[in-house]
Amino acid sequence: MRIGFLQVVFTSPCCKVIPYYVTNKQRIVLCRQAKEKLYPRKHKYLHCSCAPSTTRTKEDVLKHYEAVIGIEVHVQLATKSKTFCACPTSFGAKPNTNVCPICLGFPGTLPLLNQEVVQLATRAAVALNCEIALKTKMDRKNYFYPDTPKNYQISQNDRPLGKKGYITLPSGRNIRIHRVHMEEDSGKMLHQGASSLTGSTHTFIDYNRAGIPLIEIVSEPDITSPSEAAEYGEELRRIMRYIGVSDCNMEEGTMRLDVNISLRRRGEKQLGTKVELKNINSFHFVSRAVDFEIIRQGTLLLQGQKPIQETRLWNEKSQSTMTMRVKEVASDYRYFPEPDIPPIQLEQHQVDAIRRSMEELPAEKRKRYVEELGLSLYDANNIANELSIAKLFEATVRRGVAPKLVVNWIMSDIMKYLNQRRIDISETKLNSENLAELISLIENKTISGRIAKDILPILMEKGSSVKSIVEERGLQQLTDKDKLEQLIKDTIVSYPKEVEMYKSGKTKLLGFFVGQVMKSTGGKADPVLTNQLVKELLSNGL
Amino acid sequence: MFWRSSCAFFSCPTCRPTWRRNWKRPKRTTRTRILSQHTVHISTVIKRQLADVDNSSVLAIAENFKRGEWKAVDIVMEYLQRIHEMDKVLSAFLSVDAERALYKAQLLDEKWDKGEHLGPLAAVPVAIKDNLCTKGMVTTAGSKMLETFVPAYDATSVARLEAAGAIILGKTNMDEFGMGSSTELSGFHPSKNPWDPSRVCGGSSGGSAGAVSSGMAPFALGSDTGGSIRQPASFCGISGLKPTYGRVSRFGLIAFSSSLDTVGPMACSVAELATIFQILAGRDPMDPTSWSEAAPYSDILHRKGALDLKDVKLGVVDIFSSSLEENQVNDVMRCFLDSIRVFTKLNAQVVSISLPYLEEALAAYYVIAPSEASSNLARFDGVRFGSRQEASHISELYQKSRGLGMGAEVKRRMITGTFALSSGYYDAYYRKALRVRQCIIGQFEDLFRQVDVILCPTTPCAAFELGERMGGDPVKMYREDVLTIPPSLAGLPALSIPMGFDANQLPLGLQLIGNRQGEDLLFRVGHAFQMATDWHRQRPPIYRQYVQSSVTKSSS
Repeated sequence: MRIGFLQVVFTSPCCKVIPYYVTNKQRIVLCRQAKEKLYPRKHKYLHCSCAPSTTRTKEDVLKHYEAVIGIEVHVQLATKSKTFCACPTSFGAKPNTNVCPICLGFPGTLPLLNQEVVQLATRAAVALNCEIALKTKMDRKNYFYPDTPKNYQISQNDRPLGKKGYITLPSGRNIRIHRVHMEEDSGKMLHQGASSLTGSTHTFIDYNRAGIPLIEIVSEPDITSPSEAAEYGEELRRIMRYIGVSDCNMEEGTMRLDVNISLRRRGEKQLGTKVELKNINSFHFVSRAVDFEIIRQGTLLLQGQKPIQETRLWNEKSQSTMTMRVKEVASDYRYFPEPDIPPIQLEQHQVDAIRRSMEELPAEKRKRYVEELGLSLYDANNIANELSIAKLFEATVRRGVAPKLVVNWIMSDIMKYLNQRRIDISETKLNSENLAELISLIENKTISGRIAKDILPILMEKGSSVKSIVEERGLQQLTDKDKLEQLIKDTIVSYPKEVEMYKSGKTKLLGFFVGQVMKSTGGKADPVLTNQLVKELLSNGL
Repeated sequence: MFWRSSCAFFSCPTCRPTWRRNWKRPKRTTRTRILSQHTVHISTVIKRQLADVDNSSVLAIAENFKRGEWKAVDIVMEYLQRIHEMDKVLSAFLSVDAERALYKAQLLDEKWDKGEHLGPLAAVPVAIKDNLCTKGMVTTAGSKMLETFVPAYDATSVARLEAAGAIILGKTNMDEFGMGSSTELSGFHPSKNPWDPSRVCGGSSGGSAGAVSSGMAPFALGSDTGGSIRQPASFCGISGLKPTYGRVSRFGLIAFSSSLDTVGPMACSVAELATIFQILAGRDPMDPTSWSEAAPYSDILHRKGALDLKDVKLGVVDIFSSSLEENQVNDVMRCFLDSIRVFTKLNAQVVSISLPYLEEALAAYYVIAPSEASSNLARFDGVRFGSRQEASHISELYQKSRGLGMGAEVKRRMITGTFALSSGYYDAYYRKALRVRQCIIGQFEDLFRQVDVILCPTTPCAAFELGERMGGDPVKMYREDVLTIPPSLAGLPALSIPMGFDANQLPLGLQLIGNRQGEDLLFRVGHAFQMATDWHRQRPPIYRQYVQSSVTKSSS
């Protein structure tokens, strides 16, 4: 068996440390040789019940159990200033430069609710098909932690802005949204002197992030598989980007996922013990982390043990989860209405205006593409993935180009160009007019597909009309039969050896001749016609 | 920055007493040299003129300054000297920034010389309660926790006063974070009542009340959560206004209970309060709970017929049924009945009403206020500002910093509040208290359909002795607020004005409760009362002694 990373997994209360190797197949196997390499004392603070002696496979676990997954997502709203003060929300500023007495919670300061936050949050809640609470309020969530300047977080408790919503995944399944509420972010702590919190000698706090507006989107536990968890996250990000609420950049932390996962025996109603997963910073890792947890919890359950309720951190390096903290008792946040912020009163017409101003959402787009434009589900998903691409697609189709042709161009050459340069379509000069022209020029055989592929980068960089490029550079397709015939004759003559071979039965050489003709014309020869003529001329023996 | 230890006035250029041990003598700048030369020739005329009660009112000072009779520096010097002389006994101030005050005064004098525009409070010295943030001056809220805290911003109320030309003398003592009714619970030292230094001056704005009453400042800013302006005003024989909640910006007020806190003025007479209130009131973009309507306060006191109260219906609270303490009832009742008689003479209609939920209001207050305080005071953890103890772990830092920085009463209320908000108790305490609050608001709404202003004594008794209510049952101290809490819970404006003296020559206060945003009517009724009486013109013995000794000294 190939061995992957060295991974330390700790046993439950007895706290005897056993080393394991983790393979790239996520199977955990006991390794007897590595014992002396470990330093149990150093890691003594960690304890959990994640030390299965023989690990089961995922299939094994899923035979008996099903996963119940709920996801909490924090999305940073794309406002210019923070939730309660005028500090900028820009990412990457020097530590503690985007701060003021208000977001540092200095004595005597009062929070001033940014109206843009309510606007954007309502927009998000509407997009998630939530019931909007017209009368809502902010609450205080009290807990002591140094990254929370006031030692309470202004959030929403019993009257969230939106509840009972749902989103439709590309697969067609609906995932219900439990609630959507506004809150403020906390600061960032940098532990110094050790790689983890425990053992560090001192801690730096950066309050730039403190007070940045967030919405928390809590799903119902409707998600049943790791891939669906990732799909949910992606769809949520798509929606948020569509409606301009957030750029949902997981690396910059403008979108953060916490996954709650428990296993329950198939056929049973009662939910199992919930484990919360944090620190997952890509959708790819969402499914990996959930996979790992299903195996870990399943192995425990199949051994007759029970997972404990805890918060676990996803470790990207070891591709596994580790205990972060164990919740002994439910913490009491002592919520009460925030007395410094008057209740928020939304009017129905405001909500309606937001609803009217909303872009068509990805789910609707996908449905329309499949039903009206006849795209395959796969193509529809790809095109609807990004709003700018979808807009280009629709505009081009509106100019009378066959949808399937547009999809092919977008999904192959255009996406390749964009991905290579890591840019968005809006950063190029390509517009629907040019794209439609390009495709129609291929259709009426003015240019060949190969030439078109060469023209595309020019279009995207410079943006002038396709016709002018074609004329300027003399790229029209060679469709004149006589001219082409002459050209082919010339080519054939210069390769007498190959002609002989062809005649003796090596018909595969046809492609060689066509290639040579193409080469000599700079790709302008009409490929179908060339093929036909070469065949004719070779068999007719000139 | 000048931090007082035993004497509030160690930076006075005329006398340089013992400096605080580890305090560095400031560099002698040109400014201080000019000032110290100037003060040699301090005007004895001003001293004598200011000794007169009428001349030392806010309005008179501003007027005399604007007319060019008095120099701002001289006015400030006189008040600094009063603080120097009297605060030794009264301990009303926590810090006095003489240099800053004199500098501001000098600027005003220069402004006057140039003929520039002067604000309505030009050259009027003011004492600020220490829970109102003052830019560049230590603001402690009476707590050791904030012993070294220097805010980088002014409270809106302070900024408005300074913009109107007022000169800040210093910061006055208070119960720690406003939690107390005697100023004995200050984290630093208790303040004493000018009428009898063996007694308390009330609280929590006790320092402000003492400073105004003894003439150490013509007026002061206080804050009122459950009676913290009115009760000390009553104990010290001055007038104090708790405005409608939201009428004066709370920005810069170190929060005790956000839904109850108000900032208000304290002065000798209602006419002065009206002038100051005009400057303080109004919408503040920094306080989202401030009223969006502007304060359309017209100069109601000088309107024709303002002193005739024939169109005003007064509701007199039937205090016989409420639980006042037996031995004090006689004096309070006598004065109360006397003042009602004054109002009848002023042609006001008087009807008897009752406040049935007094006990419930007290209980609700002592659930709501500590609950909010437990959350508001969580930010004092030693991480970002304030005093910080050495610790090896974050929870140790919290425990040590908060444990050593905060007093017993603050801890008691925070524990009470934390308990009341805990899950499982929230409904039984906090939610129930909010329901009581709604009841009280409804009750006042009913009452104000029948009457225009409600009258009752401010406190059930006169100032008590220092230490009398310390230790033992804290509820005894809480009961002090039984008559001031209902309007606080309802967010209504209330005025406390002197209404006489008890057998020990201690002042007693009369509380006038107005309808929402009804400050102007309160001023009119209060002013009419003061025009008909002279209780507000009485000065405590310590002031009379000072005037006598200093005037004779300066003339000899």
